Amino acid sequence: MKVYVPRDSAARSVGADEVAERIAAAAAAAGRGAEVVRTGTRGMLWLEPLVEVETPDGRMGYGPVLLEDVDGLVAAGMLDGAEHELSLGLVDQLDWMRSQRRVTFARVGVIDPLSADDYTAHGGLAGLRRALDMAPADVVTEVTDSGLRGRGGAGFPTGIKWKTVLGAQAEQKFICCNADEGDSGTFADRMLIEGDPLTLIEGMTIAAHAVGATEGYVYLRSEYPDAVATLRAAIDIAYTHGWLGERVLGSDLRFDLHVRVGAGAYICGEETSMLESLEGKRGTVRPKPPIPALEGLFGQPTVVNNVLSLGSVPAIMADGAAAFAELGVGRSRGTQVFQLGGNIARGGIVETEFGVTLGELVQIFGGGTASGRPVRAVQVGGPLGAYLPVERFDLPMDYEAFAASGAMVGHGGIVVFDDTVDMAGMARFAMEFCAEESCGRCTPCRVGAVRGVETIDRIRAGEDREKNLVLLEDLCELMTDGSLCAMGGLTPMPVRSAVKHFGEDFGK
Amino acid sequence: MQSGLTDVFAAERVRAIAAAHQAERGALLPILHDIQAEFGYVDPAVEPVLADALNLSTAEVHGVISFYHDFRREPAGRVIVRVCRAEACQAVGANELVEHAEASLGVPVGETTRDGAVTLDEVFCLGNCALGPAVQVGERLHGRVSPARFDALLGEAR
Repeated sequence: MKVYVPRDSAARSVGADEVAERIAAAAAAAGRGAEVVRTGTRGMLWLEPLVEVETPDGRMGYGPVLLEDVDGLVAAGMLDGAEHELSLGLVDQLDWMRSQRRVTFARVGVIDPLSADDYTAHGGLAGLRRALDMAPADVVTEVTDSGLRGRGGAGFPTGIKWKTVLGAQAEQKFICCNADEGDSGTFADRMLIEGDPLTLIEGMTIAAHAVGATEGYVYLRSEYPDAVATLRAAIDIAYTHGWLGERVLGSDLRFDLHVRVGAGAYICGEETSMLESLEGKRGTVRPKPPIPALEGLFGQPTVVNNVLSLGSVPAIMADGAAAFAELGVGRSRGTQVFQLGGNIARGGIVETEFGVTLGELVQIFGGGTASGRPVRAVQVGGPLGAYLPVERFDLPMDYEAFAASGAMVGHGGIVVFDDTVDMAGMARFAMEFCAEESCGRCTPCRVGAVRGVETIDRIRAGEDREKNLVLLEDLCELMTDGSLCAMGGLTPMPVRSAVKHFGEDFGK
Repeated sequence: MQSGLTDVFAAERVRAIAAAHQAERGALLPILHDIQAEFGYVDPAVEPVLADALNLSTAEVHGVISFYHDFRREPAGRVIVRVCRAEACQAVGANELVEHAEASLGVPVGETTRDGAVTLDEVFCLGNCALGPAVQVGERLHGRVSPARFDALLGEAR
């Protein structure tokens, strides 16, 4: 009999390790042989630690289980799936799970992330096997036809990027995975790496075959030590099974994969800055062109993709482009892994088709605020994304619809604030963060952010408010148009949206 | 490496760490992480040693070390506590938690308590955005950290 307890760091942050140990001890004391399997998280984070017990009907859930609940649960028959006040029912049948469309996250929370057997038993490697039977150009076409766009935030078509790298002539090409998930409110990259790392490895290996690369790097942030350890262990497993290295799965493909740990610089999530950092340099942004697809890591043609982009590729290759492309709306195809955070009652992971509205995510999945107070603002797409009021909750999650509203879907993170938030304070924070994290390469970002903080301070102090609001708008326009990368170019987005939608906080 | 340049052993260790990464391209960051893991910080005295070992200028090495928040220039306390101050944690009281932490430990963010026990730092996102405020004690992540829980965690860590 198996009991499943997450090993995801979010679950561990509220006591999952202690609960898992206690369950093993209590089961042994009761004379029951319970195998405690540590999985990723299902993404229902308000229920963590969420314990699942294998029953003939499926996995029965209990949560949130505190350490002091364990003995009572075991005594009440939890190991046989008995009812208890912490019972949630069959986990797969919960509304939260049934209302989702899990593609990229299909195995997360279900399998032991470091079990090769679990991985293949749940469909792992099907995509890579099919890809290896196809010509590289056909794999690129398949990814292009799926409509997959870069999940890191920019939304650039993944297949087009791969095609450029495939067409480039070079001695060596690289696959680089951007796992520098520094945006507040985003944690899906971390959860995929901790919950199903072999999917990312498989996706990178497919990319290597598709473009002719022999070496790959995952640039993973140092703030995620558990993810670093899990990914390194998964890479060892992949080598042991012949899924990496010479002759991958018996084919002619050779692909070596390395983990590189960041060092606490937000800007290294910008792709060219990440490449500089991978080369052992300061993480300053490179001007484009040349694009990384032609001159990337060590000057060689390089695929740079986000964790979720690469992590979606195995499912696309296994089930075919059409199955992915039929999901979504407009030019936003497939699913997106939305992340609900901040002041939210039911925070976590919602993987669903593009087209779901912002309001459905925040109110129906999320259940409103954790504080019980009214929602006042949500920030979508990380620290560089727009602040939106409840009046915009009808917006569909769609790259183009958001862009048309002066906002961005970004990496799919949604941070909720209640009515106690000071939006002028949040706008100031956006500028302050940019000033702190700017790489310094271009003046609009390096100096503009400092001037932005000063100007917002004057507005908040009531000094020449009207004139300073005009000055702030002028500064935002200059940063947007004149910055080298998205750091300086998008910092105005949270600032302008805060002024636009919450003008009363700026004394308007 | 408390004694800096004069410590022959430390310089030898730095050279050995650099040599261990010889086969890797652009390995300065992994080397610096290893140095910090061994010594607890990256002493300015390692700059010329690394520059020599990697055939870089001292300025290049210094530039890299000073660019990244992770690399400390002086020893930290026995326990490093990092409180997340990013937006999602701010939405559930991170700024108030930082104020509490400063008052409770008697030091501002970025400094170490006088007894050398605890270094208080801030961090921008630990990826625990649905269970904030988030705090990292050493490498261990904690969620829903109220002021009382913060004090309890620190009590255990000390």
